[in-house]
Amino acid sequence: MTVAAPVDIGTGLEAPAAPQRRRAGLLRRSFGHSGLVLGGTMLVAIIAIALAAPLLAPHDPYNQDLAHRLIPPVWQAKGGWDHALGTDKLGRDYLSRLIFGARISLLIGTLTVLISGTIGTVIGVCAGYFGGRVDAVLSYIVTTRLALPVVLVALASAALVGSSLQGVIVVLGLLLWDRFAVVTRSATQQIARTDYVAAARAIGCSTLRILISEILPNILNALIVVATLEMAHAILLEAALSFLGLGVQPPLPSWGLMISEGKQYMFFSPWVIGIPAAALVALVLAINLVGDGLRDVTAPENRG
Amino acid sequence: MLSFTSQRLAVALSVALTVSIVAFLLLHLSGDLATAIAGPEATAAQIAEIRHQFGLDRPMTLQYLDWLWRALHFDFGNSFYYRDTVTSLVASRMPVTMTLGAISLMLALVIAIPLGVLAAVYSGTIVDRLALGFCVLGQAVPAFCLGLGLIIVFAVHLHWLPVSGTASWKNYIMPSVALGWYAVPAVMRLSRNGMLEVLSSDYIRTARAKGLRPTVVILKHALRNAIIPVVALAAVQFGFMLGGSIVIEAVFNMQGLGYLAWEAIARNDFPVVQAVVLILAVIYVALTFLADVANAFLDPRIRLA
Repeated sequence: MTVAAPVDIGTGLEAPAAPQRRRAGLLRRSFGHSGLVLGGTMLVAIIAIALAAPLLAPHDPYNQDLAHRLIPPVWQAKGGWDHALGTDKLGRDYLSRLIFGARISLLIGTLTVLISGTIGTVIGVCAGYFGGRVDAVLSYIVTTRLALPVVLVALASAALVGSSLQGVIVVLGLLLWDRFAVVTRSATQQIARTDYVAAARAIGCSTLRILISEILPNILNALIVVATLEMAHAILLEAALSFLGLGVQPPLPSWGLMISEGKQYMFFSPWVIGIPAAALVALVLAINLVGDGLRDVTAPENRG
Repeated sequence: MLSFTSQRLAVALSVALTVSIVAFLLLHLSGDLATAIAGPEATAAQIAEIRHQFGLDRPMTLQYLDWLWRALHFDFGNSFYYRDTVTSLVASRMPVTMTLGAISLMLALVIAIPLGVLAAVYSGTIVDRLALGFCVLGQAVPAFCLGLGLIIVFAVHLHWLPVSGTASWKNYIMPSVALGWYAVPAVMRLSRNGMLEVLSSDYIRTARAKGLRPTVVILKHALRNAIIPVVALAAVQFGFMLGGSIVIEAVFNMQGLGYLAWEAIARNDFPVVQAVVLILAVIYVALTFLADVANAFLDPRIRLA
């Protein structure tokens, strides 16, 4: 980590500049990290495409046109610019479905992480701060959760709550909190031992106040890194659930669902699954690059 | 060592018990099973009949204890869909998933460990960067996409391998690659980091200083110690693979445990789903327990901590 330069000592006037300088250092390191820049650019582009989907999509993603089924993309002999990425088995424009599909993946990633992050952070911070019996019980819960086969339990629960966008988000949110709990627990244990937490306790701060204004801001870096990686995890799981027919339901343009629907045509038209698969890989790669990059930049000692 | 083992065994057994409660509740709390079994067009009388027939009108605790008692004797009841016991269904599907998992793990280890060692030995060079880049890219490719891609290239275009099924050993090649793929980055990172740590230790410097050849130092002195944490990870990854094989089995049409569970979920065949969840979870618990004990056996620092 960067430490304020020794020049600051003594003048007193320059001391407040230290946090700003540290932030500038963080920014400079971020832009010097090629993976973070690449991933960040890709992610910002995908988010922009998702937000501007109605403006960018050349056709209605739900509009069926059975006379123009399975038109190949523009780079193949029979393709044309009207449907740049071709059409699916119902004649829906593939590019438009792909663009709107970005919304679904990002929505699921974000909302899942909000739910799972809240659960995992509460469990991890409590286990790390209180220790002893609380830690034992909460760690036991985490161990039990880890023993459950995620894909199978997610499939079964999604089927039971009714396969839908909301169902998938709730199920994944309630399942994917384990890494949040593990990481925040060990981060909190480190912070809880520091002098400033002891000082806060000594001047009579309530436990809740210590947790929220002393612990939480200091584990935020670790939390953001886990959040990005778990977001990628949630997006991949949604794609797998939709691929197996128990996630997001048709006619929503989920990328996993597009792959599933294209599977029967993949022998003659491999692009039907290749295009959504490439989009999925690009999004997950972008998020993972950002997550790995943020970890390198915020905590260089944990690199690896 | 004995106290460490017995302590871990106690934890493993209680986790297994908790998992059984979760597996049981998962399907019982999420809705009225009798209505689900009877189907949407059943009358109230038919639903009541089914509720009685399957013992669903008894108190929840009693149903759980009954289910657990039978499960301990490998009796998971009858499948709602197949005219067969869950136990014989599971037994007939288990070998496919186990074979697939074992080959995938072997494949992952054979690729990941040498790659991790190379990355550590040539740390900071182009080899290291390529290996890490491969990891990042690998993690972004979903297993089922990789599986479909392999089918298109090696089965459809090159005709080297069969598309689906479990008829011969050739059928296991593509599924194992797709399933093992996901474990490679984690194993590689761990063996790279373990190796880096060991390579900077004093005894490696000593070994080098007394003039041993670099290959001997790396393979005989360093790898042995760097590999210890990989043992635990491999066990955990095997557990994940058994759970994750559901997607791969669906892609390659392999009649394994995952495929059985997938069909069972789609058909509301609850006894099968419960049994598979419980069996996979218990296998995972057993694997992590064995890994913990093996780790403590290999590295005395763990059991004394």
